[in-house]
Amino acid sequence: MDDIAVTVNGRRQPLLAVAAHTSALDWLREAGLSGGKEGCAEGECGACAMLLATPDERGGTAWTAVNACLVPVAALNGQEIVTAEGLGSPDALHPVQETLAEAGGSQCGYCTPGFVCSMAGEYYRSDRAPAAAGTPLPEHGPNGFDLHALSGNLCRCTGYRPIRDAAYSLGSPPADDELAARRTRPAPVAVPTDLRTGGARFIRPATLVEALGVLGDAPEALLVAGSTDVGVEVNLRGLRPQLVIAIDQLDELRTLAVDDDVVEIGAALTLSEVERRLGGRVPLIAQLVPQFASRLIRNRATFGGNLGTGSPIGDTPPALLALGARLVLASSTGEREVELADYFTGYRQTLRRPDEIIRAVRVPLPLAGISAFHKIAKRRFDDISSVALGFALDVDDGVVISARIGLGGVAATPLRALATEAALVGRPWNLETVRDASKVLAAEGTPISDHRASSEYRSLMLGMGLVKLYRTAPAESREVPA
Amino acid sequence: MSALADRPADPVVGRRAVHESAALHVTGAAMYTDDLAAQTAGVLTAWPVQSTEAHARVRVDVSPAYEVAGVVRVLTAADVPGLNDAGVKHDEPLFPDEAMYTGHALVWVLGETAEAARLGAEAVRVSYERLPSIITVVEAIAAESYQGSARTVARGDASAAMAGSAHVFEGVCEVGGQEHFSIETQASLAILDSEGQYFVQCSTQHPSETQEIVAHVLDVPSNRVTVQCLRMGGGFGGKEMQPHGLAAVAALGAKLTGRPVRLRLNRTQDITMTGKRHPFHLTWKAGFSDDGLIQALEATLTADGGWSLDLSEPVLGRALCHIDNAYWIPNVHVHGRIAKTNKTSQTAFRGFGGPQGMFLIEDVLGRAAPVLGIDPAELRRKNFYRPGQRTPYGQLVKDAERLPTIWAQLLDESDFERRRGEVAGFNAANADAKRGIAVTPVKFGISFNFSAFNQAGALVHVYKDGSVLINHGGTEMGQGLHTKMLQVAATALGLRLEQVRLAPTRTDKVPNTSATAASSSADLNGGAVKNACEQIRDRMATVAGRLLGADERDVRFEGGFVTALGRFDERLSFAEVAEAAYLQRVQLWAAGFYRTEGLHWNPDQMQGSPFKYFAYGAAVTEVEVDGFTGAPRVRRVDIVHDVGDSLSPMLDVGQIEGGYVQGVGWLTLEELRWDESDGPHRGRLLTQSASTYKLPSFSEMPEEFHVRLFENAREDGAVYGSKAVGEPPLMLAFSAREAIRAAVGAFGPVGRSVVLGSPATPETVFWAIEAARAAATVDGAARQKPDHTAGLVPAAATEG
Repeated sequence: MDDIAVTVNGRRQPLLAVAAHTSALDWLREAGLSGGKEGCAEGECGACAMLLATPDERGGTAWTAVNACLVPVAALNGQEIVTAEGLGSPDALHPVQETLAEAGGSQCGYCTPGFVCSMAGEYYRSDRAPAAAGTPLPEHGPNGFDLHALSGNLCRCTGYRPIRDAAYSLGSPPADDELAARRTRPAPVAVPTDLRTGGARFIRPATLVEALGVLGDAPEALLVAGSTDVGVEVNLRGLRPQLVIAIDQLDELRTLAVDDDVVEIGAALTLSEVERRLGGRVPLIAQLVPQFASRLIRNRATFGGNLGTGSPIGDTPPALLALGARLVLASSTGEREVELADYFTGYRQTLRRPDEIIRAVRVPLPLAGISAFHKIAKRRFDDISSVALGFALDVDDGVVISARIGLGGVAATPLRALATEAALVGRPWNLETVRDASKVLAAEGTPISDHRASSEYRSLMLGMGLVKLYRTAPAESREVPA
Repeated sequence: MSALADRPADPVVGRRAVHESAALHVTGAAMYTDDLAAQTAGVLTAWPVQSTEAHARVRVDVSPAYEVAGVVRVLTAADVPGLNDAGVKHDEPLFPDEAMYTGHALVWVLGETAEAARLGAEAVRVSYERLPSIITVVEAIAAESYQGSARTVARGDASAAMAGSAHVFEGVCEVGGQEHFSIETQASLAILDSEGQYFVQCSTQHPSETQEIVAHVLDVPSNRVTVQCLRMGGGFGGKEMQPHGLAAVAALGAKLTGRPVRLRLNRTQDITMTGKRHPFHLTWKAGFSDDGLIQALEATLTADGGWSLDLSEPVLGRALCHIDNAYWIPNVHVHGRIAKTNKTSQTAFRGFGGPQGMFLIEDVLGRAAPVLGIDPAELRRKNFYRPGQRTPYGQLVKDAERLPTIWAQLLDESDFERRRGEVAGFNAANADAKRGIAVTPVKFGISFNFSAFNQAGALVHVYKDGSVLINHGGTEMGQGLHTKMLQVAATALGLRLEQVRLAPTRTDKVPNTSATAASSSADLNGGAVKNACEQIRDRMATVAGRLLGADERDVRFEGGFVTALGRFDERLSFAEVAEAAYLQRVQLWAAGFYRTEGLHWNPDQMQGSPFKYFAYGAAVTEVEVDGFTGAPRVRRVDIVHDVGDSLSPMLDVGQIEGGYVQGVGWLTLEELRWDESDGPHRGRLLTQSASTYKLPSFSEMPEEFHVRLFENAREDGAVYGSKAVGEPPLMLAFSAREAIRAAVGAFGPVGRSVVLGSPATPETVFWAIEAARAAATVDGAARQKPDHTAGLVPAAATEG
């Protein structure tokens, strides 16, 4: 089994006697690298963050910060990771470490190694560039540092100001920086893996065909991509799957194609990759992604995973429903395409058969002229929505000619606000229509009261959403060519 | 002038210093308790079996656990050789036969691995005989379920003054609790050594008390238990009492198995098992004169103590002692009591009751101002204490003149008047969003109310090579105490900072220490370190005087060198003097001690002078509130805070910023929700993980954040003229709450009192906005939680 190994801080480390569910964090800590901490075990605090070498869009490597507590270490076979210990040592601090220390960015220090890794990921982001003419983008430093890079790291001591100051004062990697140089070479390729320990098995198939074959023989297998959801089940609820099939690196699931009629997004592309590769081409997705969990999560989480769980509070379904998205489901017997609106059949129940894998999401073109994604939550970064709404409307000559509204958090499944859509279409796009339709929208779904919000608030937020859309959408907005 | 507060020329205190462990923090090299455990051979892991009932008699059958591979031992009450109790009040059975709250640890399973221990705990069979439970503080009041001593602070004749007041306001409100959420959860590692000594590494703010409890559980004297705390990954009060029982479980496991035992709670265990900031239920009545002066305050404070007493009595005491905040209230009658509920046992949390006491008076002023027709900032200022006035509990308000000085400086530096105009302009131009700006003060008493805790010890060694090692009784949880103590030692011995090293806190070096709490640890331990250093310095001065041919009184220690007055051409290194002193058989180490002078307190009468001094500060916060969702956003914060003459400015600013943001978290975001239904999960904490209990993240950081230390602020009663800083800044966050109140008010008519729940989460703020909007409509009918179709479009916005 010593052919299964991970390269940690430049050294190849075999995975010896590791259980299939063991997280990268636990494995690193057992191996003596105790810089990464378990603060929450569910990808919320980022104290476990580490850097993972992932492919960038130009054939090179990006240093991508991810939550070590959620990734099974078996999924890292053949991969390269860097931890805070690998970036620098107390006698030879890495520039990120030196800047953070000098700025007073650590108090108790427990979250600090994770912050260092998230900051280093942004430090090495190859398209990070100082703001033009000294006016940074919102939530960006003058050095181009995107504060969202730290959206998945919690600090209970500092109040964040010194950490932000440190982040915003980082320079660029020096010429002799080894990790910077590493970016110019390709990332490690996926290594087919079959790890069996204690009756459990972790398989990384080489191809989609192989994956579908394994799944066809063992439909009870758990499909795992970024493991940002399954990792939580493993850590907090003792899930110990007997058979895991890792599909996150299957080439067939990692394509992104745009033609005249459709944008096809591979189901195993991470949200960060989709954001980068789409640019602003689908404005609704561009609005959605920064509100989806945190950067650490988005660096692993996939559209396929978010749809695969069938959760009613996932953030992508309301947006994708508004976009009229379809899913491509693949099995050994071929592919089929289903409307996302038909896909959710009950609480965490979907049309996907056990032998199927979500291969891609298809967004039809042209896109609607007015679109927005509203997420109602307690916290702006990294929270779960109490209500989420996706809007896509076309207004022609002052009249609503089409409307699609996707809702999350108001029923056992994500759903389309069909009655509201009907109340909008054919009517003038004005406040009276909006007020009438808002009453319909507020009555959609069957929201419940829980620790996140009351049912009354959830319903009111639905109605408010359309008003807010009307107030904030430019009245003259028309079709946006994709 | 006092020798305690005097600084030598060019002192190391007062300089910007980075945290002594910063280089270790950023590289992951800093070790925490469970990091040590990960590298301890043969270590067993302890895992709790937690009650699923809020209140029940329990019978536990542990035998199935022994059938799980890797389970080594299950610890139960029968294994306890000493006292089966985790606290000092003897009301906290460590292994209970009656589950007092959902999550209560009943027994502990030791496994070869965490996985084995977890599976073993799952296998344990617990049968419950359900008993009636009390979950909310309102239920406790109705059932008269109280614990500990009720207390009253009284001065003057409140009821007569109330009757004579031109304006009387009344209110009932609840202020929520707060989970500490140190990123490091509770952790202990216990080892029984070859000599029969227990060595317990523990993430604890109170090593001596951890030691005491381990000793009484094991029935051994304290001299057989050593507790060490390298550092904590955050404490905030959550590790003042809560670690003790957990350390005792680990030590008991080590005794019974002969192997090292680690106990680290995972996040859910930590949230469901350990105590939190006390929620308070507040009822009040306040009388004002026509010109806005407070005439009388009557109130009842009910602290929700949870299932056992823990620190609830002193927390309540501090709440009662901070009911005045910065304001002169001539007639006071405030009663406090502690509810007993079937929840976690609430405990110390930064501010220790002070925030809840201040919440009341700030809520009173915030609600009264619009009705009195007085600007809230002016209403607060005109009620400030004046020099010579005393608190309701009888203490002279020392340096009361600092309040208006800080206030004026802050209003000026924050450009308050101009920005208030801008806010009004924004509000006039925007129907869907409103801004608010508010300023609030803080006056916070420094010292433990319980006078005996105001003592500290230190142990300082000077080695022959001139290097210095210091030990003291305080613990490091991120606040920078160790850094400050190094700066104090370097100052006292005239050394460069890097010439002094600090060794981890442990009970066999400095005994009988007080908790690192009450913001006092730099005052207390700094006094002790300074005292020890000065003993050594004085002895070395005698030696140096002989070497330099000068009187010892003319010897100076500075920058690592020793000189004599007027003879600066000749200097000795500190090491040369140390070496000479050793050869002359002069003692080069010393135990230091400090006690805060002049304190006295009668808890029965709630009268005395419990505080050495007060820490002052004020904050201006500007917020914007989204009228669609209620979501508030902090736009800008300005703070002027009094830390005396700072020992370490960057660390103090760090404490102020961190405290402020933590306070904003408590007041606007962090919400503990319990199942209050009669269903099967009654008493269960619903927000028991990081995904459901949200603390401030980067998105809550103020967009602009300006903190200034009040200058020329020497405090005569503390080490090198400094003041405590840990807790007071948390209460600067009331400015954010009051700014939200102002923004909500802008959705409604002028002169209307805004009632705002706490925490002011988006939903809570939204309902307050709805009420304000309703008041602005013609019929003025106030709605609460409208039905699904009402109030969809903001009334003030319908003309769009």
